[in-house]
Amino acid sequence: MTISIAGDVVRAPDGQGESPPPGRGRRRRRPDLRRWISPLALVVLWQVVSATGLLPPDKLSSPWTVLQAGVDTARTGELGDAFAVSVGRVGIGFVLGASVALVLGVVAGLSRWGNYLIDPPVQMLRTLPFLGLIPLFILWFGIGEQPKVMLVALGVAFPLYLNIHSGIRNVDDQLIEATTALGYTRWERLVHVVLPAAVPQTLVGLRQSLGIAWLALIVGETVNADAGLGYLINNAREFLRTDVIVVGLVVYAVLGLATDAVVRLIERRALRWRGN
Amino acid sequence: MAGELIVQVEGLTKRFGQRSVLSSLDVRIGHGEFVALLGRSGSGKSTLLRVLAGLDTEVEGSVRVEGTVSVAFQQPRILPWRRVWRNVVLGLRDQGRDRSLAERALAEVRLDGHADAWPRTLSGGEAQRVSLARALVREPDLLLLDEPFGALDALTRLAMHRLVEQLWREHRPGVLLVTHDVDEALQLADRVLVLGQEGRIVSEYPLALARPRRIDDQLGVRAEILNDLGVTEYAST
Repeated sequence: MTISIAGDVVRAPDGQGESPPPGRGRRRRRPDLRRWISPLALVVLWQVVSATGLLPPDKLSSPWTVLQAGVDTARTGELGDAFAVSVGRVGIGFVLGASVALVLGVVAGLSRWGNYLIDPPVQMLRTLPFLGLIPLFILWFGIGEQPKVMLVALGVAFPLYLNIHSGIRNVDDQLIEATTALGYTRWERLVHVVLPAAVPQTLVGLRQSLGIAWLALIVGETVNADAGLGYLINNAREFLRTDVIVVGLVVYAVLGLATDAVVRLIERRALRWRGN
Repeated sequence: MAGELIVQVEGLTKRFGQRSVLSSLDVRIGHGEFVALLGRSGSGKSTLLRVLAGLDTEVEGSVRVEGTVSVAFQQPRILPWRRVWRNVVLGLRDQGRDRSLAERALAEVRLDGHADAWPRTLSGGEAQRVSLARALVREPDLLLLDEPFGALDALTRLAMHRLVEQLWREHRPGVLLVTHDVDEALQLADRVLVLGQEGRIVSEYPLALARPRRIDDQLGVRAEILNDLGVTEYAST
């Protein structure tokens, strides 16, 4: 994840480059166990300094306490509720932001006037640090669910718009011409050539925007939340429960990884034609 | 040329800004006739082909093309996200998404068994044959070939010449082959047109020889054509 507004268009990988998606197909690479030595050692060290009192629990709880806190909050339903609320916020915000990005990106990508009218303001607005808009959002939307959802939507919309737009703009003219020569109408060319050609770049945008979505949520939830993972964490802070704070952070991390894995799965299915 | 014309171009002028690439050009192609258009690079050969393909409509003069037209370009221009057979049926547009038609066309270009392949797995020659299958599947009355062998290696090019000749004999479309390869033109065409720098046909050579042809039998014509193209050291004395 990156804190910038993620306005940069990263070119879609050509299939060869990029790190190979893990666990592809039959010949799954054996994980190299040597890579686990130092992470495990760090956890053991953490446990040891906690147990010896070198690291007081009001600064950071031991891994074992964190694990217990995770089990406890899950058992009481606290964690599950917070989880559902946060996922809901990201879900709604994402759908909202993605819809706007899709409509604007397609219109600006396909129509010359759309491009003239839509692209300049979006390119200008994307330079604003969107997390800095929180004070305005509180004034506009209050402190309820709305500012949080809107912050996610805003964070999602920019990277997705930029990638959809450039994906459509960079379609190979030669392919379009080949179908024109076959007598394809503008609409048919759109369906058969332009939109499929924009898919790889769009998926790059999707991945960026989901990363931003979680970041926006975390920031949004630290402001006056009365439910959700951010509330769980802030509430824990009041009682110096560093174990619960860490549980919340771990859940955020897992959610981020999970959405990324989903996009990778979609990419693998949708971009099969590019091979590994 | 027999009565029926598939292409009739009269007084065609095409300008790019101030420069005329084609000026008052006349071309006729008969049904089933194989015509090769030679010219130096920049002489406007591809421009003429694009006009006939309907890709360039801002021209002066009269252009009449009858029936279905197909184009094979120098690059295969197949869609990388579609399997080979789905690329072939693109040539049919809406008349069904019939796999069996695609397979028949693929068999004709010697690509049986590649129907389900992804384009990235094909060699240059194979991709070019897919492009040819896509052009032929719609049974064109006019087949426009824009240096379709230009990007291939020499051996593959020879194999493609034989293939194109055979397909032409079986389907008998009118063909306009744009090329700068004199030997290719002599090998394949019924008639060779030479497009001059001033954007007009400067000479025309009917080739009566039976196929398959040997270059040795045509050294005289070859020298004349090269002379037209400005290559004088080979000119016969």
